[in-house]
Amino acid sequence: MSYIGILLTYVFIQNFILVQFMGLCPFIGVSKNTESAVGMGAAVTFVTAIASVVCWAVYEFLLAPFGLEYLRTIAFILVIAALVQLVEMVIRKMSPGLYKALGIYLPLITTNCAVLGIAIINIDNGYNLLESFTAGLAAGLGFTMAIILMSCIREKLDMTPVRRVFRGVPIAFISAGLMALAFMMFDKSLIANLGLV
Amino acid sequence: MSQMKELTKGIFKENPVFIIMLGMCPTLGVSTQVSNALGMGASVIFVLTCSNIFISLCRKIIPDAIRIPCYIVIIASFVTIVEMVLHAFVPAVYDALGVYLPLIVVNCIILGRAEAFASKNGVVASALDGIGMGIGFTLSLTLIALIREVLGAGTITLFPVGGFSGTITLPGISESPVRVMTLAAGALLLMGYLKAFFQWKGEKKA
Repeated sequence: MSYIGILLTYVFIQNFILVQFMGLCPFIGVSKNTESAVGMGAAVTFVTAIASVVCWAVYEFLLAPFGLEYLRTIAFILVIAALVQLVEMVIRKMSPGLYKALGIYLPLITTNCAVLGIAIINIDNGYNLLESFTAGLAAGLGFTMAIILMSCIREKLDMTPVRRVFRGVPIAFISAGLMALAFMMFDKSLIANLGLV
Repeated sequence: MSQMKELTKGIFKENPVFIIMLGMCPTLGVSTQVSNALGMGASVIFVLTCSNIFISLCRKIIPDAIRIPCYIVIIASFVTIVEMVLHAFVPAVYDALGVYLPLIVVNCIILGRAEAFASKNGVVASALDGIGMGIGFTLSLTLIALIREVLGAGTITLFPVGGFSGTITLPGISESPVRVMTLAAGALLLMGYLKAFFQWKGEKKA
């Protein structure tokens, strides 16, 4: 599949939140206002893109040559945890402004399914280095798009009369469901029609 | 008495899915068929109980500063065991669960219980807490899967035993199912309504 094909696949067709349900916890938890949604999205995109590359390298050069494929879950989660720590330290040193903006969201990313999910999906699909990077970046962008859309909806919802039992989380899930309905129009035929297979 | 409480609180009062809202990703991802939900539930019960016991045993040895990475490694080891066992004995369930199986590692329920309960309590209490929370998770997951499968496909898929093929087809609804229920949108909508139902019940009690 071409790189644009991979990009479209993970941003729209296999959107991590609305189609694959990965990263739902921060999606519901951090989408109460747009500002924090943007911060969370940026942090996740950053980590998924880097983690895809690093996990791919670990798998290809450390695990596969020695027949240790079964250790990939442990190896990947350690790589991701270490990476998130590293990214946190680097950002704190290089760009205090960005660190302040992302600060509280960075540690949360270790337990975001999206990061481990994309690392495993890359290996399962047999992507090469650049394809893994594209897929990681696209997964992060898809996550960012969904969480920003959701935060806009929830800011509006705060000002609408909602029945008491539906207030808060239930109405957020129903809104997400309606968004997922809209996303159903993207499917594999889109890639085929654009000739990107 | 109090031990009984540790076991049952996870099933109703502190149900991980509907009340504490943890572990949403696998809940919605694998709940398209009842058999997948049961497979996922059994895996989570095993991992949660073992990791709770192990973490409770090691809680005095693990230094406070690096406890989260330690917990994650312990949990990942048990998940790898589950992966290998399922791959060897029930490959159909292994394939159906796909990427959601290794994702048990980052399931918030397990890390959450490790941090909130097992790191502070004794071995027996932690084991009971793990079993209770695991059963609560499995029951919620099965409930969601049952509703989605009955409405979305008109079938109930269980495991084939003897002459029984494993699939119950319901007449009537299987000819004109509500397809959207098996898709992503149906899962999110159903979750919203179920959560509203539990919020309503909680209010009535209070």
